[in-house]
Amino acid sequence: MNKHVSPKMNRRAFVVGSAAVGAGLAIGLDLPFGGPTVVRAADGSPEIGAWVVVRPDDTVVIRIARSEMGQGSLTGLAQLVAEELECDWSKVTTEYPTPGQSVARKRVWGDFSTGGSRGIRSSQDYVRKGGATARVMLIEAAANEWKVPASECTVARGVITHKASGRTTTYGKVAEAAAKLTPPADVKLKDPKDWTIIGKGLLRLDTADKTTGTMTYGIDVKLPGMLNAAIKDCPVFGGKLKSYDEAKVTSMKGVKKVVKVGDTAVAVVADTWWHAKTALEALPIVWDEGDNAKVSSGSIAKWLTEGLDNDQPAYVGNKNGDAKAAIASAAKKVEAVYSYPYQNHATMEPMNATALYTADKCEVWCGTQNGEAAFAAVLEASGLPAEKCDVHKVMPGGGFGRRGQTDYVRQAVMVAKQMPGTPVKLLWSREEDMAHGRYHPITQCKMTGAFDANNNLVALHYRLSGQSILFSLRPEALQNGMDPAAFQGVAQSGEAAFGYSVPNLLVEHAMRNPHVPPGFWRGVNVNHNAIYMECFMDELAQAAGQDPLEFRRKLMVNHPKHLAVLNAVAEKIGWDTPAPKGVYRGIAQVMGYGSYVAGAAEISVTDGSKIKVHRIVASTDPGYVVNPAQVERQIAGSFVYGLSALFYGGCTVKDGKIEQTNFDTYNSMRINEMPKVESVMVPSGGFWGGVGEPTIGVAAPAVLNAYFAATGKRIRSVPLRDQNITFA
Amino acid sequence: MANLTINGKTLTLDVEPDTPLLWAIRENAGLTGTKYGCGIAQCGACTVHIDGVATRSCGVSVAEAEGKKITTIEGLASGATLHKVQEAWIAKDVPQCGYCQSGMIMAVAALLNEKPKPTDADIDEAITNICRCGTFQQVREAIHTIAAA
Repeated sequence: MNKHVSPKMNRRAFVVGSAAVGAGLAIGLDLPFGGPTVVRAADGSPEIGAWVVVRPDDTVVIRIARSEMGQGSLTGLAQLVAEELECDWSKVTTEYPTPGQSVARKRVWGDFSTGGSRGIRSSQDYVRKGGATARVMLIEAAANEWKVPASECTVARGVITHKASGRTTTYGKVAEAAAKLTPPADVKLKDPKDWTIIGKGLLRLDTADKTTGTMTYGIDVKLPGMLNAAIKDCPVFGGKLKSYDEAKVTSMKGVKKVVKVGDTAVAVVADTWWHAKTALEALPIVWDEGDNAKVSSGSIAKWLTEGLDNDQPAYVGNKNGDAKAAIASAAKKVEAVYSYPYQNHATMEPMNATALYTADKCEVWCGTQNGEAAFAAVLEASGLPAEKCDVHKVMPGGGFGRRGQTDYVRQAVMVAKQMPGTPVKLLWSREEDMAHGRYHPITQCKMTGAFDANNNLVALHYRLSGQSILFSLRPEALQNGMDPAAFQGVAQSGEAAFGYSVPNLLVEHAMRNPHVPPGFWRGVNVNHNAIYMECFMDELAQAAGQDPLEFRRKLMVNHPKHLAVLNAVAEKIGWDTPAPKGVYRGIAQVMGYGSYVAGAAEISVTDGSKIKVHRIVASTDPGYVVNPAQVERQIAGSFVYGLSALFYGGCTVKDGKIEQTNFDTYNSMRINEMPKVESVMVPSGGFWGGVGEPTIGVAAPAVLNAYFAATGKRIRSVPLRDQNITFA
Repeated sequence: MANLTINGKTLTLDVEPDTPLLWAIRENAGLTGTKYGCGIAQCGACTVHIDGVATRSCGVSVAEAEGKKITTIEGLASGATLHKVQEAWIAKDVPQCGYCQSGMIMAVAALLNEKPKPTDADIDEAITNICRCGTFQQVREAIHTIAAA
């Protein structure tokens, strides 16, 4: 059973070093894999390096720095450590170190951020070394006890054996001695062909509590004397709070206090959240909405459309030859304009955080995708130094990129700061969550393709206009004010490289940043780039009079990994054989997050507007597959998320505010609308790609291309509900 | 004050009669396994059984629930023995983030109570909970596994 960090235990869980190194924190310990000083977990068990704690009963506790949010990384990361540790998987549990502890130990657990499908791929090397280091130390401890060379000892499932003398011992028995040893300077990792735990579809470590209602999510945190807060932020982004009349609500049942939160929001603190929310709804609030109240979806679209004009400046992301000249002199050209709207993450659990502020301490309990970013937010909002702050991560009810942001953490601290000594849980209503997302950025794209007289594609001009996430959230990552991440999936090289060879290519981005705050939404810029490119690729194939698969294949000769996953889905869906009567197919591919993915769909369409998705096939090459069962779930989940956005999503702006308020106006797919996803994993090895996000890129274009095959009609904007197209 | 019978126990709770049952369960009875997702009976995260019927507790008032038998996710198991749906959920590794799963499991338990061997069409009709992680195919598989047992 996995022991999750829960609010009641986690204050103590990582107060390390209590007995052996004196009271308090093991500040200043900077050996990445442990050292001569024994560092102890809360129960007194010794650390064998920062990643592994071994208890006397042979239980192995593996530290996980990245966040589990449903994607399975907690289990996958534990598999990586356990593989090298050679421990008994049935005795593995996991624990989250806190960001405060990590900072105090000079970031011994590395990066906490869990986004960009990086959870596994960016930490696999050092967590495997953490496991290997602990194994070497444990074996050495046994060898020392037996006075034999360590090289004569072997280990399997946490049992160390010295074959010559027939002696055995267990990790639990030698852990104390192992913890006192100096860690090896270097360790050799296993050859992937020798893996026995990595690559297995092992059951997740965190399931049982999710079936009994006992898993603690942020919304479930309970602390003694805790109050609850409901909040309203100015519904027009950039607007301010002008005034509110608290006298109208202070006598309402359960209300303790009405507090201003920064310049833009007001919160009611009450005994229960229901009382807080009821009072907040009764609270008269006057907003200073500012000029952004004049903005609408129409005005945003008009501004973006201007950016498609070649006379407007743009940033070139991928180029060869002279696309504009080749298009001007081409025998035939095809042009289309596509668009993709704002999308809310709509995690099942609305944003929330619980904060306790006293004059010399500030602690927060929350679901977060980035413990260290949440920690930084606590420091900033509380005004206290690092050693007086901490963040206790609890299970998030979905992340999808939203919980990489820390706005809700900051707010919770700002509320708690006005109630010193009293823990306060701040929970957003679904309506607040819809109104204050960090939305998938809005873009449009004009694509022009040109052919020679033999229907060979000779030029492609791909001109994006729209919002930059980095401009808003990570301006330090811009290059001379331009956003290189805008080209995810159509980039010249790197982890999201374009998969086609076109002799004259121009990919460029005209940045337009409306006032609606953008965020990293599962798949990020791969989403719209894959829709634009893969739907237009179908348009080009049609213009050339060629089969969409064959047309792509010819352009992909120099991109064998992209081609391999495309071929894998084509084979699995039976592209070369006719589809059942009335059923039509679409296909798409993209590279993102270091992985190659492709998807194909079989759909039927009734009356031109009712779509039934019969089959989905998806292929992925992430280099290595750590847990195929979880990868399969991420692939299927990516289709649910991507097709929900395609059919039902889309956030529109009126008077500067988001119009959609809840799941009645921002719906999500149900079980009856979703077929089984048949996944084909073709890991080719030699690199580590991400899994949680890339597949979402192919979900929508596979279905849209099948829709064209079925109806002869191109759909160039999302969502389908605006075009009166829905599920059958 | 209201008397609510939850998981076999009658509790006297200091709660107004027009409070949604969901919040009485979570905040007054302290049973947080039942989740808040939308508050408008769209998502199903707050599904409980009221007299055996799967019901979205955010759309039912305390006054309407008084005198009825309410079962939450915490009351689904019989003591230490998990309900067959919970067992199947663990064996088939159904949950991802798991936040919607209390409601999903309660909806499935009610369906199986009514139809022990549901067809895909029965599942499509009865299970209308939102799952943003997209666990639908594991949900369907687990239901069929239980039905086949």
